[in-house]
Amino acid sequence: MEGNLKQSHHIGAKTYLLVWAALMVLTGVTVGVTFLDLRNFAIVAAMIVASIKALLVLLYFMHIRYEKKVFPFMILATLGMFWLFLILTFMEVFTR
Amino acid sequence: MTSTTAAAQPSYLAVKKGIAGWLYTTDHKRIGILYLIGMSIFFIAGASFGVMMRLELLKSGLQYLDADVYNRILTLHGVIMIFLFIVPGIPAVFGNFMLPLMIGAKDVAFPKINLLSWYCYMAGGILALVSLTLGGVDTGWTFYVPFSTSSASNIYVPLTAAVILGWSSILTGINFVTTVHRLRCPGLKWFRLPLFVWSLYATAWVQILATPVVGMLLILVMLERFLGVGVFDPTRGGDPILYQHIFWIYSHPAVYIMILPAMGVISEIIPTFTRKAIFGYSFIAFSSVAIAAIGSLVWAHHMFTSGMSDTARIVFSFLTFIVAVPSAIKIFNWITTMYKGSIRLEPPLLFAMIFIFLFSIGGLTGLILGALSLDIHLHDTAFVVAHFHYTMLGGAGTLFFAAMHYWYPKMTGKLYSIKFGHITAILFLIGFNLTYVPLFVAGINGMPRRYADYLPDYAFYHQASTVGSWIMYGSFLLMVVNFVYHLFKGKKSPANPWQSVSLEWQIPSPPPLENFDTIPEITEKPYKYTSGSV
Amino acid sequence: MNIEQHTEEHYDPVSNSMGMWLFLFTEVMLFGVMFILYAMYLHTYGIDFRHGSGQLNLVMGGLNTVVLITSSLTMALAIWALSLGQRSKSFLFLGATIALAGGFLVVKSFEWAAKFHHGIYPGSAELLSRSPGEMVFFSLYFVMTGLHAFHVIIGMILITVNAGFLAKGKMSPERMDLMKNTGLYWHLVDLIWIFLFPLFYLIV
Repeated sequence: MEGNLKQSHHIGAKTYLLVWAALMVLTGVTVGVTFLDLRNFAIVAAMIVASIKALLVLLYFMHIRYEKKVFPFMILATLGMFWLFLILTFMEVFTR
Repeated sequence: MTSTTAAAQPSYLAVKKGIAGWLYTTDHKRIGILYLIGMSIFFIAGASFGVMMRLELLKSGLQYLDADVYNRILTLHGVIMIFLFIVPGIPAVFGNFMLPLMIGAKDVAFPKINLLSWYCYMAGGILALVSLTLGGVDTGWTFYVPFSTSSASNIYVPLTAAVILGWSSILTGINFVTTVHRLRCPGLKWFRLPLFVWSLYATAWVQILATPVVGMLLILVMLERFLGVGVFDPTRGGDPILYQHIFWIYSHPAVYIMILPAMGVISEIIPTFTRKAIFGYSFIAFSSVAIAAIGSLVWAHHMFTSGMSDTARIVFSFLTFIVAVPSAIKIFNWITTMYKGSIRLEPPLLFAMIFIFLFSIGGLTGLILGALSLDIHLHDTAFVVAHFHYTMLGGAGTLFFAAMHYWYPKMTGKLYSIKFGHITAILFLIGFNLTYVPLFVAGINGMPRRYADYLPDYAFYHQASTVGSWIMYGSFLLMVVNFVYHLFKGKKSPANPWQSVSLEWQIPSPPPLENFDTIPEITEKPYKYTSGSV
Repeated sequence: MNIEQHTEEHYDPVSNSMGMWLFLFTEVMLFGVMFILYAMYLHTYGIDFRHGSGQLNLVMGGLNTVVLITSSLTMALAIWALSLGQRSKSFLFLGATIALAGGFLVVKSFEWAAKFHHGIYPGSAELLSRSPGEMVFFSLYFVMTGLHAFHVIIGMILITVNAGFLAKGKMSPERMDLMKNTGLYWHLVDLIWIFLFPLFYLIV
């Protein structure tokens, strides 16, 4: 329990503000990119930026950086399963 | 293994008597019993619907059910047996009761959520039965679009029921994963866990990751009916094949939700009754996880004739073959465990051996259906019906009965009649094969599934099958009588009637309120039997 | 031997957050279905999806992104403040989070109202006259943003409950699992919006 208390002190208000600022900048970037007319690559670029934003939220707002190791493993397992579902379904639709 | 035999506490059955003591309980043991009571009622109802269908099929032509009513009974049989019996079955009853006992904990991680999951289960179950009085549903348990979005029957009720039942399943899954991670007693490392715990853990993950998929899908069907959101409606740009994809992304893993805990049960029973350590502990443990993972990736073999792409059909056919490998590994492990063991043919082991026989047939016919070329011929025939009854009832169902016979003395503190247990098992074996073997043959000869009527050519198969269903139904009733009668009149059971070395048998029967007086400490692997002892 | 004692003994903050995370995984898969459907239909109807996306209001979508990310910040700060024992500060941050969440819903309802005004809603005559891809696009738009808005509402209720407990003094730096779990839920709602925003507004 003590360890847990310490955990929440790991992050200060300053870190949260920095993460927030980074998220704001990235939102600006992802909107800005749409004016570049990247055609098919636009969706890829948007998803890359969104993934970076998601990673920031996970690591800092959701404290995954400071949790026990089993948590990131569980998250990876879940996302891995989701990706396999997506890829296999896509494989069918793509080859139809 | 430390044994704690002296009981300073009263048994869990002796405290807080009366209905309220049960309905407000957060004790995992009582919740397990509550599940068992609910489930038995639903199971007998579902089995009765099955017998009604078989009775209709006794003779060619329509007898006492018209085709519409037949469809409704068929749907209800499927919904009850899948969502109310076989999916929650072993985890909710035996998992709840045994998991904390097996890992040396006082309860599951979230006892109140555990009770909530039972209420969800009952609410969903009653809602499913109520749907019958509201005219019933004729879509089958799969709720395929476009039929489910256009059928005139009142489809909201069973859909809502299924979503609520999904919640129950998810809550149980969350509870079990957290419990296994956080509440193992000192010294109980991952590779000292009983195999039943491993299988419950793998199952719980599938429950967590797959159940929301079908929840969302059923919500989409409701939205499509209610608001005209056309995600699966071709006239609105939707693609009905995607419905089938999403549906089977849940419903195929659901098959493994059914069978994995059952495989855990048999891994407990066989060492106990052969006095041998399980052969290949880590193979069984890892194959549970492998089945959970690979089993989640084979869903589209239910859709070989749906018009999906050829590439996908080949890939999914191949993946289906792969998932047979870990299952086969387990069969070999169990048989090898029995080799040169000192076997005592008590009812639990008899059921376990029946399982190996029936499940091997179910598994091998699964490979036949998984083969793309053969499936084109056999798709939607009675062959498929026979196949999945061999895996579900012959597999998971048989081991549910085995688990009942194995853990009944622990759960109730009473002994049932071994003789009647043997008779039940033999009757079940005969009745089961008589019911479903003819359906294999009829299916190969072209008898379609889900039909209320058939050509006179198929009469012999159907008559044999119907007679078999009576024998099987009789064995169910005999089992209920055996258990209920001996609950009141049975002899008191000793703490460990089967001389098992598992942790749950080292405490009194029935277990005391808080399971263990002192939390045990584990120092070695499970299944430390010395051959020939007893 | 009563149950209360029993749970006291077993208080384990790691269990509590693990349970919450497992629940969040079910939410990920719930939305995951919609993301899978979106991906498949985007592959089938690429051009139509761009047309559909062009009709959405980028300013409102962008504004909502800013609002929701900021609410995530205030939520994190509320937990941080409480962990330092600063209850009133924490209460204020919770209030700010609720206000921002409310703002998000207001903007969202304006957006939906504008669409309804143009006759675009599931099953409308206007929508049925469009191309199949656009019909699917707007179906997905309404289902996914609707489901997300539903989660925002649930989150607001949860945060209000937290604020209530905090005001009654039922929360302390030692026992704040409820607020931490609410925080996790709220960040997930934010996370999902981070993906919804580009998928619907930025594929022009």
